[in-house]
Amino acid sequence: MPLLEVENLVVEFPTRRGTLTAVNDISLHIDEGEVLGVVGESGAGKSMTGAAIIGLLEPPGRVASGRILLEGERLDNLPYEKMRRIRGKRIGAIFQDPLTSLNPLYSVGYQLVETIQTHTDMTPTQARARAIELLTEVGIPAPERRVDQYPHQFSGGMRQRVVIALALCVNPRLIIADEPTTALDVSIQAQIIALLKRLCRDHGTAVMLVTHDMGVIAETADRVAVMYAGRIAEIGPVREVIKNAKHPYTHGLMGSIPSIGHDNERLEQIPGAMPRLTDIPVGCAFNPRCPHAFDKCRTVRPDLLPVEDSWTACWLYDGEAGRTIEASKTLVAATKADALLERNHG
Amino acid sequence: MAEAIAKTREARAKIRDAGGREVAMLKVQGLKRYFDVSAPWLNRVIERQPKQILRAVDGIDFEIGQGETFGLVGESGCGKSTVARLIVGLYGPTDGSIELEGRDIAGLSRQQMAPMRRRLQMIFQDPYASLNPRWRVRDIIAEPIRAFGLAQGQAAIDAKVGDLLETVKLTARDGEKFPHEFSGGQRQRISIARALASEPEFLVCDEPTSALDVSVQAQILNLMKDLQRAFGLTYLFISHNLAVVYHISDRVGVMYLGKLVEVAPAKTLFATPRHPYTRLLLDTIPDLDMTGRERMPVAGEVPNPINPPSGCTFHPRCPFANDRCRAEIPQPRPLGDGAIVSCHGIEEGRIPDGPTLQAPARPEGLV
Repeated sequence: MPLLEVENLVVEFPTRRGTLTAVNDISLHIDEGEVLGVVGESGAGKSMTGAAIIGLLEPPGRVASGRILLEGERLDNLPYEKMRRIRGKRIGAIFQDPLTSLNPLYSVGYQLVETIQTHTDMTPTQARARAIELLTEVGIPAPERRVDQYPHQFSGGMRQRVVIALALCVNPRLIIADEPTTALDVSIQAQIIALLKRLCRDHGTAVMLVTHDMGVIAETADRVAVMYAGRIAEIGPVREVIKNAKHPYTHGLMGSIPSIGHDNERLEQIPGAMPRLTDIPVGCAFNPRCPHAFDKCRTVRPDLLPVEDSWTACWLYDGEAGRTIEASKTLVAATKADALLERNHG
Repeated sequence: MAEAIAKTREARAKIRDAGGREVAMLKVQGLKRYFDVSAPWLNRVIERQPKQILRAVDGIDFEIGQGETFGLVGESGCGKSTVARLIVGLYGPTDGSIELEGRDIAGLSRQQMAPMRRRLQMIFQDPYASLNPRWRVRDIIAEPIRAFGLAQGQAAIDAKVGDLLETVKLTARDGEKFPHEFSGGQRQRISIARALASEPEFLVCDEPTSALDVSVQAQILNLMKDLQRAFGLTYLFISHNLAVVYHISDRVGVMYLGKLVEVAPAKTLFATPRHPYTRLLLDTIPDLDMTGRERMPVAGEVPNPINPPSGCTFHPRCPFANDRCRAEIPQPRPLGDGAIVSCHGIEEGRIPDGPTLQAPARPEGLV
């Protein structure tokens, strides 16, 4: 049984101008000890998915339908107090900005001890010892001294280490990490990624890593879900998605990332921008920007279909549409070649 | 727009000095900017604290040729944005010179600076904060045209604004809208149109794509390259993203704590990085090709610039530091292939070659 199962999750925001659907019918699972990357541009609904799982949707946002199961137990309909018990104990969270996820008025040790004592029956002395042990584990030098310091006395990278220690303090089965390295410098980002990977390997903790950075995903994740306009466009093993992208959006996204050693005069670019939640197109949400869109894409919404090792929501790979995988691949390859020619001669 | 292009192209004919040598578009020498970050006078007297000086930019030299893109990379707090602000004149330098086509603009008065500003424009990081939300887009773009008297009469100004909007791939009708009606990428296009409105030759771009999504970033980077070709623009491109800098730059400077540690042509810098900081920085880039190589993350963090380490400021994080590095400040030295590096270890030849470093012993407690 997978550790976490999300089935047909829909997250809605009722507003004065009608209901906005931020997450529209997504299903995914995370196995024990697995790192699932969730990648997408701003507004794709990736953070909302994470917030729904951990039960921290900001009202008026709500889970409109679907189920969230942790080790077979439903989370989405739990009363507040019960969910509060699970949060921190069985699901940990790491957010983007370490300064806002720590309370500036309490010492780091107090916050760790408070969390440990909330979820276990350790004595204050034991809890403090555990706090120091955790700080050591996340690589904070001189933890005996640092444990009594306040968040402002830590640098950005060190603060994020404290936040990771907080998330790990009662050995949760799952951690939701929402853009954990986005606020950090590149050299610190590499340290934090390495730390997160090591800790999860050591403790067997599963991670849902929400980020907009494909590089971070490539380094860290086992599987990746690419989100677009509230839906999963493609989900599969990370190597398969990055090296052998199926969905035209993933293709475009990969091509638009500049990388060192690849001497392109121009980057591949996807025309236009992601639609606003108020006007998501009919059919496939990507169809107005898609170079391969045909009639069906403009009218019928595609569901995830298995293609080779991954799943993708694209009519190009649907046999009934009269196209085989091979044909659509040639199509994608041909358009890439066209783009290349245009680039070289244009 | 064709007329404007021809005009700027003409103006862009290489400028030469009396001896017939080409003059760099921008030449910065010994540029310094210190900030006084001391506590208020009374507190200082009562608590007996000394004055505290932050050396944001501490003596840097570089040159940017005509039509060239010079990338400046570094981590937060290294002084790269201060350099941008010094060059466009938002800060006055503490010391040093900034020459624009051979003319020092560092010491100019407000009046003397005014005509130079037309030739020197800036694109900012945050397209949400850099456009006035109460102005229509056409007024935002027309402001430099009016300020520098580049077109006479409303009709001429409107025509020029329309041209500019089309140059950045928006439509003339978008001029009637307000900034909030546009997405982040479109707003950055408006910022670029505004910067181009004064027909500048030199654009300072301070993290122009950092606030944008990758697919939009690609659109803006492509647009910037197209505009550079069309108008023969020179860019100073500042970013913390090494891949973006590699993509757009001809030459790259790496900054660390207010100093340039390495300057080299982009290809050379990324293929054969010399300075240990550059190498460690390159080692931190997530690996999209998924070769599965084990990388060595930079140990430690950037020290406090108010109280920087002695000697080479990188020595506490450098695996090759010795006593000389701790005592003596390294000077920039040119190497054969156009690279300029400030490092004792490179000078003495005691740092092994190779694109990345093999992990030497590293301090305990740092992952």
